Amino acid sequence: MKKTLFDKVWDAHVVESIPDGPQVLYIDKHLIHEVTSPQAFQELENRGIPVFRPDQIVATADHNTPTQNQHLPVKDALSRQQLQQLTENCEKYGITLYGLGHPYNGIVHVMAPELGITQPGMSIVCGDSHTSTHGAFGAIAFGIGTSQVAQVFASQCLLLSKPKSLRISVRGKLKKGVLPKDVILYIISQVGTNAGTGYFCEYAGEVFENMSMEGRMTVCNMSIEMGARGGMIAPDQTTYDYLEGKQFAPTGADWDKKLEYWKSLPTDQGAKFDKEYEFDAQDIEPMLTYGTNPGMGIKISEPIPVASNTSFEKSLQYMNFKQGSSLLDQPIDYVFIGSCTNSRIEDFRAAASYIKGKQKAPQVTAWLVPGSKQVEAQIEQEGLKQIFEEAGFELRQPGCSACLAMNEDKIPAGAYCVSTSNRNFEGRQGPGSRTILASPLMAAAVAVEGRIVDITERVPQAL
Amino acid sequence: MEKFERLTSRAIPLPIENIDTDQIIPARFLKATTRAGFGDNAFRDWRFDKEGKPVKDFVLNDPTYQGEILVAGNNFGCGSSREHAAWALADYGFKVIVSSFFADIFKGNALNNGLLPVQVTPDFLKVLMDTIQRQPDIRLVVDLEQQHIKVEGTSFKEDFDIDVYKKTCMLNGYDDIDYLLSKKEKIAAFEKAGSKL
Ligand code: SF4
Repeated sequence: MKKTLFDKVWDAHVVESIPDGPQVLYIDKHLIHEVTSPQAFQELENRGIPVFRPDQIVATADHNTPTQNQHLPVKDALSRQQLQQLTENCEKYGITLYGLGHPYNGIVHVMAPELGITQPGMSIVCGDSHTSTHGAFGAIAFGIGTSQVAQVFASQCLLLSKPKSLRISVRGKLKKGVLPKDVILYIISQVGTNAGTGYFCEYAGEVFENMSMEGRMTVCNMSIEMGARGGMIAPDQTTYDYLEGKQFAPTGADWDKKLEYWKSLPTDQGAKFDKEYEFDAQDIEPMLTYGTNPGMGIKISEPIPVASNTSFEKSLQYMNFKQGSSLLDQPIDYVFIGSCTNSRIEDFRAAASYIKGKQKAPQVTAWLVPGSKQVEAQIEQEGLKQIFEEAGFELRQPGCSACLAMNEDKIPAGAYCVSTSNRNFEGRQGPGSRTILASPLMAAAVAVEGRIVDITERVPQAL
Repeated sequence: MEKFERLTSRAIPLPIENIDTDQIIPARFLKATTRAGFGDNAFRDWRFDKEGKPVKDFVLNDPTYQGEILVAGNNFGCGSSREHAAWALADYGFKVIVSSFFADIFKGNALNNGLLPVQVTPDFLKVLMDTIQRQPDIRLVVDLEQQHIKVEGTSFKEDFDIDVYKKTCMLNGYDDIDYLLSKKEKIAAFEKAGSKL
């Protein structure tokens, strides 16, 4: 039978199928962080269960960490305790932890791929919905709840019903100023926030084939924003080139053997999907969100739609936007370039390409937060840090930061923030904050201009 | 996990779509390292204003509506995978959430915590919502064994689906860990047989 990429990877991990019920799925890699793991460790403790495969778990501290003065003790007592708890749990169970300040520390979905922990054909879980990011390598990767974290601790497996398959193809070439973030925001604006619920999504077609690994991660990252448990892109030469030589990537004969396997993973020609969408790259423009869910996105040239339903009206009221109006020239107070969606080196290169030689608008507070220590180092090595600093930007230390505003990086009530993160929910970036999702290029332009501008008029060529 | 068989209760209507887990429990309350006490901050920013005073017209602050069943708009529980959302709702006192659609991860989390997600058709949800708003005193009957939900004393009723395995777990109060632990030998054999990785 002809199989999809998803089928091949999933089926290779099924330990057992319960008649009329779920399957027992084997998990190769389990990533954990400080916020969704403590209660799972507690569960083990309460039941007196050991961790089954500690060497298949990797931990990082990212959600609840400060982005300044990381060498000092964490100020907030609860956060400090949560981080302490992670350290103690990892020590107790023999789990590798890349804690605050470690050269491998970073947002879980940035550090694992860049270390080569994430590999094609793997099954990867983490107590975080954006685990879908790792699907960019042709892995099955998805977010789980804390009870499931405990299940994986206990058995290295999960009980799951196999999701249905969905394919989204985008053909053609992207227009100038259109970044991977715009592609995924466009897709979500077209299909809606629950089109993917119950599905695993494969992204296919020229646009994704031509995309860098960083771009693919941005796309797969936001699969959850259309409800899909995960997103995947078939591994190809771009994937192998990215992986080769990474700290935890296979080497020598092992690499050759795995490479051969990875090459067998792409979807067979003629394999059937339960649902398919197709889009044309030429229809995609730089995107912005205007509401309080990621599906409420428009092209930069479009006005906010007109609709009458309570949820829509409530959303616009929260944002203080009017139906039918344009977002162009909207003054902006904050700019956040960061999060597991857009905090990789390529994102900072895109931002720097616009910022170079210009100055940040004085009324805008801009936070540039690298996804990991490695990205931070690279920003410095490539001279981007200097570009940012000369333009009046502040480069912070790695972490989730204002993406979820669990630490002190909060957008004040009523303020507008153009953010490269993935969620514009009410209060996501701090109580009362108003989030507009966009690409790093758009965010950089807004930081310089102090208002929303049409980026297509300002960039020389396709990035 | 607590057993769930059948519940008769009044219900609280929340006719908003796409309620995400950031609304159910905002991130700043995720610093606790135990499962207890999240109910105090359930729907925090809808329930309380900046000064911490209850927002009068939010339904959970309206004494007209009571009960252990929350009836909510389409696509409930989307967004972050935080199980804290399910803990917050259960801790607040809900035993059943009714909606026309649930986000995947939330649904799994709810089931793992003895909180039953009941998915009904959009039409049924609309009528149910209107009925509760017109007659806040009516009670709903949610029967897991029979897989139906109805307005008590009426013929207004709908069947709902649930995975057979999950149903058995809910009815008996078992959870997945018990099952997985019983499979350890098989799992070890699977590892030996050699995954390709
Ligand atoms: S950056 Fe944001 S979305 Fe990504 S893992 Fe951190 S909190 Fe979650």
